Parts: sequence; C-alpha cells; structure tokens
Amino acid sequence: FQDQAEQFLRSGHTNNWAVLVCTSRFWFNYRHVANTLSVYRSVKRLGIPDSHIVLMLADDMACNPRNPKPATVFSHKNMELNVYGDDVEVDYRSYEVTVENFLRVLTGRIPPSTPRSKRLLSDDRSNILIYMTGHGGNGFLKFQDSEEITNVELADAFEQMWQKRRYNELLFIIDTCQGASMYERFYSPNIMALASSQVGEDSLSHQPDLGIGVHLMDRYTFYVLEFLEEIHPASQTNMNDLFQVCPKSLCVSTPGHRTDLFQRDPQNVLITDFFGSVRKVEITAEALPLDRDVAGLESKFPEEELATEPLKYAEQLPVAQIIHQKPKQKDWHPPGGFILGLWALIIMVFFKTYGIKHMKHVF
Amino acid sequence: QVQLVVPMAVVFSPGSVPGDLPRPLPFRDVQEMEISVNLRSSVTSRYEMRYRSTTAQEEAALAAATAREADAALYPLQDTTLGSLTTYVVPETSSLLPQGINVYVGKHRSALVRAGGSLAALQARLREVTQVMSFTASSIAAALSDRVPDGQLSPDARRNLKSSLGYEITFSLLNPDPKSHTVDWDIEGAVNRFVKPVLDKLSLVANFSVDSQILYYAVLGVTPRYDKESSSFLLSAHSLPHVINPVEARLGSSAASLYPVLNFLLYVPERSHSPLYIQDKDGAPVSTNAFHSPRWGGIMVYNVEAPASPQASLPLHVDVDMARVMEVFLAQLRLLFGLSWEEVPPEFLLESPGNEGLADWELDHLLWAHTVENIATVSTTLTSLAQLLDKIGNIVIKDDVASEVYRAVASVQSAVTELSLGHLLAAFQASKEAVTSSERAFFDPSLLHLLYFPDDQKFAIYIPLFLPMAVPILLSLAKIVRETRLHKKEPTKMD
Repeated sequence: FQDQAEQFLRSGHTNNWAVLVCTSRFWFNYRHVANTLSVYRSVKRLGIPDSHIVLMLADDMACNPRNPKPATVFSHKNMELNVYGDDVEVDYRSYEVTVENFLRVLTGRIPPSTPRSKRLLSDDRSNILIYMTGHGGNGFLKFQDSEEITNVELADAFEQMWQKRRYNELLFIIDTCQGASMYERFYSPNIMALASSQVGEDSLSHQPDLGIGVHLMDRYTFYVLEFLEEIHPASQTNMNDLFQVCPKSLCVSTPGHRTDLFQRDPQNVLITDFFGSVRKVEITAEALPLDRDVAGLESKFPEEELATEPLKYAEQLPVAQIIHQKPKQKDWHPPGGFILGLWALIIMVFFKTYGIKHMKHVF
Repeated sequence: QVQLVVPMAVVFSPGSVPGDLPRPLPFRDVQEMEISVNLRSSVTSRYEMRYRSTTAQEEAALAAATAREADAALYPLQDTTLGSLTTYVVPETSSLLPQGINVYVGKHRSALVRAGGSLAALQARLREVTQVMSFTASSIAAALSDRVPDGQLSPDARRNLKSSLGYEITFSLLNPDPKSHTVDWDIEGAVNRFVKPVLDKLSLVANFSVDSQILYYAVLGVTPRYDKESSSFLLSAHSLPHVINPVEARLGSSAASLYPVLNFLLYVPERSHSPLYIQDKDGAPVSTNAFHSPRWGGIMVYNVEAPASPQASLPLHVDVDMARVMEVFLAQLRLLFGLSWEEVPPEFLLESPGNEGLADWELDHLLWAHTVENIATVSTTLTSLAQLLDKIGNIVIKDDVASEVYRAVASVQSAVTELSLGHLLAAFQASKEAVTSSERAFFDPSLLHLLYFPDDQKFAIYIPLFLPMAVPILLSLAKIVRETRLHKKEPTKMD
C-alpha cells in the first residue's frame, strides 16, 4: 500500500526537457545571458543532456568585443563562477531568437528542415522546464528590442502544447520586471509558474562587477542559482523550498508563484522532477531464451546498390528568371464598405455645411 | 464508437464436447463486452465465435505427444489472418496438457484448452484465453491513456512506448577501462542472427533502424559498493536511476531521424570494480545483471572473469558472448513494448517465442493497442485543430493542409470500419496513414498565429488617427441636425 501511495504522489514523467530563453541583446543586458546560462548549467549538472535542452540566447556576451574576459560569462562578483564553460550548446542564437521561433519550438510547428537539436521533441510523459528572462512589462516580454510576446499568446501556446499532449507537467519560471503578469492568463492544466516580481514591481539586478563593467546577474536568479547549487540528483527537496527562495528582504521585489493549475501538491513535487533527469528504472527479471545455433540472415545490402549513379550537380534555381520576374499583378478589389461610408459621410457633411452651391466648382 | 471485432474459432476434438450445448455443432455465437474508457466514451469488443468439431487432419495433429508438437502440426491447418484466434478444446483427461495446466498458448495464434465439463466453465476459460491473446480492458485503457481519468490507470500504463511510425535502436558498448580490457563484440553478426528476425516480425508495426557504437572512458554515475561476503561490487536498486544520466550525454541521440530512440548499453566494468552485480530491492543479485528504463532502453553489465594468473598482461582481450547479451536485450525490448506475461493466470502455459522474439498473438496484441491508440490520437488532433481554427479566425488553411485533413478523416473512418469487420491489419495500416496525415496537418508550419491584438491596443492605434479627423465632422453633423430642427419649426412659427 505504501508503494501505491508513493506512486500517486510521484510524477508520471519519463523524460525531462528544458527550454531556456534569454530575450535581450546588447552588452548592458549581460545579466540576462548570465541568468540563462546559470540555469543551463544547473540543469545540465543535475542530469538533463544537451539533446533535451533548447537554449536560446539573443546575444553573444562571451565573444562580445566589449568583454574584457573573452569566452567567459561570469555570474558572481570577482569572477568566481564562469557559467559559459567548455561545453555550452546554444541552439538558437542571436537573431534567431524571435517570438516566432519561440512559439514554433513550443508548439512544434517547425519547418521540416530544422535540425533535431532545435526541436522540442517532448511527448506526453515529458516534464518541461521553461525559463525566460529579459525585459518585460505588464503582460508582455520584450524580444530583441523589436517585438513582444504577450501573456495571451504564451497561454495559447501552452494550450496548443496541452492539446497535443506535448508535456506531462510544465514549470514556467520568469525573471523580468512585472513577471507575474506573464502567468496570469494560463489556463491549461499541469502548469506551475514562478515569477521574480509582481505586477507593478521591477525586478532588480544583483551586483555590478567593476572589472567587467556591467551587472552580472539578476537578484532572483542569483538566489535561485545559490539554491540549486545545493541540489544534487538524489536530493528530495521539494517545490515549497523553491517558493521561499529570495524573500523580499533579499530580492526587493516580491516573487510570486501560481500552482492552481497543477494537480499535485507542491510539497510532493521534487526539484529534480523538473531540473534534473531522474529516470524510473525496472530490473529486468528474465532473459529471453534464444537458440544460439542460428545461421545469420544474409545481410540485406545488395551489392549493386553501392554503385549508384555519379552525383550530379543539382540544377540551381534559375537566378536570371527570378531577378527579371515581374511582380505578380495583385487583384484589384473595390474599396471596402468602411472606407466608402467614411468618404460619403465627409462629403455629405462638407456640402451640407458649406452649401450646395460649391458643387459646381467641383464638377 | 469503436468496435473491436475478433474472429475466433473454437474447435472441439472428439470427447471434449460439453453436454449442454445450446445447438448442435457447428454454430456461431457472438459475445460482446463494453470497455468503458471514461464517462463519455467506450470501446466495445465483439468476439465472433464459430464452434465446430475437428477435421480428420486436425485430429491427427492433436494425437501428437506434446502440446508443442501438436501446435506445430496444427499451424498449417489454421486461419492465420492477423487478429484471429483458434482454440482447440481437448478432453478433460487428455494427456496433451501437463498436470495442472488448463490452457496452452502456442507461438502462433492458437491455444489448446482443456474441456471444463460444462459449457459455462469452458466459456469462462475461453474468455481468459481471449484476454491473454488479444486485448484486455487495461491494455485498451493504456492505449487510450490520454482520455482515462488519472486515478484509474495502473502504473504500468504509462510505461509502454507510444505508437510511432518508426523506432531507432542503438546498441552501445561502454568500456570505461580500455587499459585493462580490449573488448570485441561482433555486433553486426549478432544483429543479423538474433535481432533482425525479431525486427522483421515487428516490421508490420513500425520501421526500425539499428545502429551501434563503442564509447571509451564512459563511466557510470554511481560508485558501486564493495561487498565483502561475495567479494564483488554491488549496485543497489535505488542508485540505478542515477546511472543513466552521465552516460546519456555521450550517447549522441541521432541527429538524423525524428523517431524515438531505444538505447541498449552493454557496460564492461573496470578491472578495479569487477565483478559488478546489480541488486534488486530485496538485496539479491539479479540473474540477468540488467535493468531497463521505460521509453528509454536498457543497460546490461557484462562481467569479465579475472585473469587466471595475476601476471597476465594487460589489456585482456574480451570476446563478448553476444548470444547471452542479446537474450537480455531482446527481453528488454519486449518489455519496452509492453509485452509482458505478468497478467497471465497461473494455469496457463505459454510457449516461449524463441528466436522470433515474439509470438504471433503478441504481435496482434501490439497491433490492437496501437490501432486503438492511433485512432484516439487522430480524433484528438483533428478536434483540437478544429478548436484552434474556431478560436483564431485569422489563420489561413492552405490547400495541402486541407487535403491532409480530408485524408486523415477518410483514413480514420476506414480504420474504424475495418476494425468492425475484424480486419486487423487493414485497420492498423489505415490508422497509421490517418496519424501521419493528421500530424502533418496539425504541425504544418503555416498554422502559426502570431498576431494578437488586445482591445486596448486597437483603441490605442486607431483613436489618434481618427479622432482629430472626426471632431469637425461630428460638430458639423450636430450643426446640421440643429438647423434641420430649426427649419422644421419655422413654418409653424410663421403662422
């Protein structure tokens, strides 16, 4: 009976995925890249392999010309911890981090030519961690200084994921100003959300480094990273402890969380359910008895197949044709009702006001 | 709704006919059962049973000495279409079945059942046979796991591999200590001899591709404990979940295909940690020295004997006994697909499928589950696509997306029809086509809707544009209205 009770409390997931997004570019937003890389590092350390992490960084800080320590991204003052490391795999970099690509990754509506590392190949037994950081406002998050994603779009994307059962449980963490507004509109089941600040509050950065010249981390993620550094793959720490990270005294803003859409009690949700990758295993009790003296089947590669036609240079798109193509004639549509009505109103008012005698000057 | 039809033949050998048959042989009967999935939907199963007596050839075959020989002799005489079952009823006192065994299930699609005296007892046994050999309520519920409310599923239900168009199998040899062991494994030969027959049999279900690799200096994530009594190293059951992760990063799931990957790892422990045994929950060493993880794959630990003389030169040459390894890997493959014999009643004797890897009726089991799962997936996908289009009217459906949707609907309808006629293979193939089309329609890159205009943004954009223009118009309109009213009043005033 104890076993059964444990089963109910435990999550039913068999694999873990992480989607980590940094949406800001420019050197002074170094801290957002450092935030994302810190979470990336923790998640890798706790066991999620690169093939299951989609890392999106909007700008390259490590090799930025303004970085006095090239190939490093530090998260602690005095350059204690280099989160860039030796084996970072960035899947979406620089200008590829757009709202469209982010939504494509989440919903799976990706062009067929996309490589496997850029896809979120989760199934109905995947627990997904989504971490977003950048500049945000009430109900939106800014991408690349040129576009925004609204909380409604995000909620719809999660609903699309739920419809296609692309996740078992989802943990959404956001570290931006007014971050709590981003999770207000979620309506799909099995989502737990954490944010670094409430609506109307700003999330503040942690510490500037005088050597590098920018702020290195945001407060909320800094304390989350400290918390995660103490987690190891076998630890039993649960989500309630994560909710307590960074109280107002340390963070200045009030972190918020939302668990009403989540079916299990946060007490029973382990940190490693989302941040790590602890698999369920079963002992293989019996082997399948095989008859050893079996002649092998002939290897099914017929010899002739190897001598294929010599590879030909594929006919490229006829560039000349494309350049000199005339633009397609757009079909002419009569002006719509609204425009017509507006013009009729304007003309009628003009002539009524100023008298019909002006008509003869017009025609 | 969905009706699963199983054509079944019950053949009575002389001396086994129960006394209380309702009609003389041969006759037909139908047994229907409803498997309720959730409050709204259910699946009905319908067994169309044909009762008849044996022909002379079948009698001769049943006169064999053992059940296995009888089964082999009966095989050419049966109906071998996918999804059908044949049961031969032998007299109660027959010696064909061993003592205490009432049912023998063969490698193909037939079973030998001991007569139970009355028709009711026989039918009870037949029902058990159909549960084992075709599908049970729980296997259908597992296939439809999305729709079943959470509390009702058994924990096994979430473990099986999802139905997919293809699977990729990767065999990896992990050698953490190349200084001490030079490991040679004839994986290509082993795949040809042992794995290919199984995959050929499973080729009806999906496409399989096989790769193999050797990884050096790949260590397990856990340090095993030394046990003095057995002078060996032990990995306890609760440390096993942490073994996989450090290795997984190096396994390199294939960049080429999008099919689910099944990893089978063979680990040769280091000289300093040999021999290494896996302990189960009770502390006993596991005979296969292997464990598996649902939807991922399996790991087997292959111990190398210590060299006879301590001065033997390192590295030792190790020739892996591939047959032993493949026995374990194929057993794990069966478990990953959900083919286990745990729910079989004790009085059943099941014939081991041997080198083919799985019996014909197990293949049917898989096909039933996958067909039902595919049909459910298609209907969920198309419903949610329709809901999406209802909600966001701006999305444009291209012609090819529309044709995929039509094709998916037509295929799923034909799958349901074929199921109700009892043609399992045709139903499965139709359901596969339906899934392919519906996934292509749902995940078409053009269906991304990005433009969300909240109402306040609409006001914010249009008001500054139109308000300055509208002010003189509205004021003039007001002036016109006032003048007209004044004009109307004047004639009355002049009187």
